[in-house]
Amino acid sequence: MTIALVPPAEPAAPEDGRLTRRFAELKTAGRGGLVTFVTAGDPDHDTCLALLQALPGAGADLIELGMPFTDPMADGPAIQAASLRALKSGARMTRTLDLVRAFRAGDRATPLILMGYFNPIYRYGSERFIEDAAAAGVDGVIVVDLPPEEDEELCLPALESGLSFIRLTTPTTDDRRLGVVLRHTGGFVYYVSITGITGAGAATEEAIAAAVQRLRRHTDLPVAVGFGIRTPDQAGAVARVADAAVVGSAIVARIAANLDAEGRATPELLDDVLGFVRALAAGVRGHL
Amino acid sequence: MPQLNTYRGGPDERGHFGLYGGRFVAETLMPLVLEVERAYRAAKADPTFKAELDYYLAHDVGRPSPLYLAERLTEELGGARIYFKRDELNHTGAHKINNCLGHVLLAKRMGKPRIIAEPGAGQHGVATATVCALFGLECKVYMGEVDIERQQPNVFRMKLLGAEVVPVKSGSRTLKDAMNEALRDWVTNVDNTYYMIGTVAGPHPYPTMVRDFQSVIGEEVRDQIMAAEGRLPDTLVACIGGGSNAMGLFHDFLDEPTVSLIGVEAAGHGIETGKHAASLAGGVPGVLHGNRTYLLQDDDGQILEGESISAGLDYPGIGPEHAWLHDIGRVRYVSATDREALEAFKRCAAAEGILPALEPAHALAHVIRISGSLPKQHLLVMNLCGRGDKDIFTVANALGVSL
Repeated sequence: MTIALVPPAEPAAPEDGRLTRRFAELKTAGRGGLVTFVTAGDPDHDTCLALLQALPGAGADLIELGMPFTDPMADGPAIQAASLRALKSGARMTRTLDLVRAFRAGDRATPLILMGYFNPIYRYGSERFIEDAAAAGVDGVIVVDLPPEEDEELCLPALESGLSFIRLTTPTTDDRRLGVVLRHTGGFVYYVSITGITGAGAATEEAIAAAVQRLRRHTDLPVAVGFGIRTPDQAGAVARVADAAVVGSAIVARIAANLDAEGRATPELLDDVLGFVRALAAGVRGHL
Repeated sequence: MPQLNTYRGGPDERGHFGLYGGRFVAETLMPLVLEVERAYRAAKADPTFKAELDYYLAHDVGRPSPLYLAERLTEELGGARIYFKRDELNHTGAHKINNCLGHVLLAKRMGKPRIIAEPGAGQHGVATATVCALFGLECKVYMGEVDIERQQPNVFRMKLLGAEVVPVKSGSRTLKDAMNEALRDWVTNVDNTYYMIGTVAGPHPYPTMVRDFQSVIGEEVRDQIMAAEGRLPDTLVACIGGGSNAMGLFHDFLDEPTVSLIGVEAAGHGIETGKHAASLAGGVPGVLHGNRTYLLQDDDGQILEGESISAGLDYPGIGPEHAWLHDIGRVRYVSATDREALEAFKRCAAAEGILPALEPAHALAHVIRISGSLPKQHLLVMNLCGRGDKDIFTVANALGVSL
């Protein structure tokens, strides 16, 4: 029996590793994953943390956490409202990172990515954001309004610190542009299945399958598909053709449906939202 | 090739004016923005585009607008010779139509049958609805609920012109939210829609395009003041919301070292109260609506609402070229409060027989402030960029008069 004299070293970039490991596990399991989106601090800090901590148990394979912003240009009414609820309850960047730290203290395996708009990051300080996010246990970031044309702002420094920069590709991203968009993308590629805002109409399964095929010709990264996925059936259908299905507005709408007249979480909120996540998880596992 | 020793060489090929500008948009929009840029570059190089634009500016808008010596005001204030550039006499009553005509001709070249826009005061909406009617294009105007309430006459005019006016109920229900909603529309209707931005903001190439379309104002002023006075003006003054009328007036004079340029932001209840719309005086650089510029925001990067009696000035940002001109000191930016603008409004009516819009009333407030201390031979040109008919209800309300 050999006794290790030193504990095994942590991988150089454990945050980056979590995304890669999770997609490898999903591949072994032979299914697509479920990415669940909630907005940090919605409807309040403590409820949001309780939700985050319970999401993996309910079947979320990856967690996408929205950074609240007053002017979410690419989001539909459900996520706009979530942002405003969160801000009203005192959410801010430092609190968002607190949530990540608290989540990470109890879960070393589930990848967590932050999603949002550039201004709150810019105001926080791009360098400081990258450092603090990586230290808190963030695995990747999606910044909606930072196209490759503005890579120097955040993407390149983020890559240096081992944080994946996950890029959105859309139906308007043609083959020529795809190369530019994918160049510094890491972790996975997020395919926005419709031209539109979050929570709007859904693309057909055939269109999604074709788009994923096209992306796979350009990249070996896993492909997650989001926008317009609202039901376990839809999540299941997407998970069959892509590496993961992202559900956001439908979950956030469940949160909104479980608030009292003053906008406070009701005692049923956690059970109801987690029940929905369990149904989505059954969908991606083909257990409908 | 970057031109040295000029303030007129910007932006760079990626749309940056120094630190400001750029293209901060979602990937869905990026190909569209690049398409607009390509189309605009081609149009700019095509003499028929300019000829067509000039034709409509002359025969539909009524350009050139007069350069008018405000004699009684000059006499009352006892200082500089005050000229008004009368862009309020344009068809539709403001400078906004200069820009909309440029856009609509471009949209036509690009084969886009559907136009969206996001007015604050509604002058841009009226101008958009007008050019869409002129060219038979579908027109959808996003306007904040709050702005709809205070700009009822303009809203009705837009509807008469065939536009669909969509009340925006999200966020603060003013211009910034209307802009968010227009961007959401554009992201949804990517194939057939042209976004007609009303000010020198948004992703590149919009700040440059809008500036170019509005530069006719300053170019005319140059010719007109040379004809009237035989020399260049000493001072140019314009109000600033997003800053399109100011950019249009200033641009031709940026490289004239003897011409001082003054932009007047809306100070609302006063900068010190925090209730204002002066992005330069009270904001810090940030990124919103596709460009980096000075923004009213809190220390978490959340956007604050601008506040001003003038619906056209209460945008929480400012065009990126202004942000740059501010930093390098080529343009001096000051502010005027609601109260000062109202006083200027009344004074202009009484002394000159002109009801100015509340937006240029801010510029006039500053003219009134400085004019008396300037020598009599000092030539001052102020852009009277809009007429005040649309504001009479707001003014009545502020003066405690019920109509």
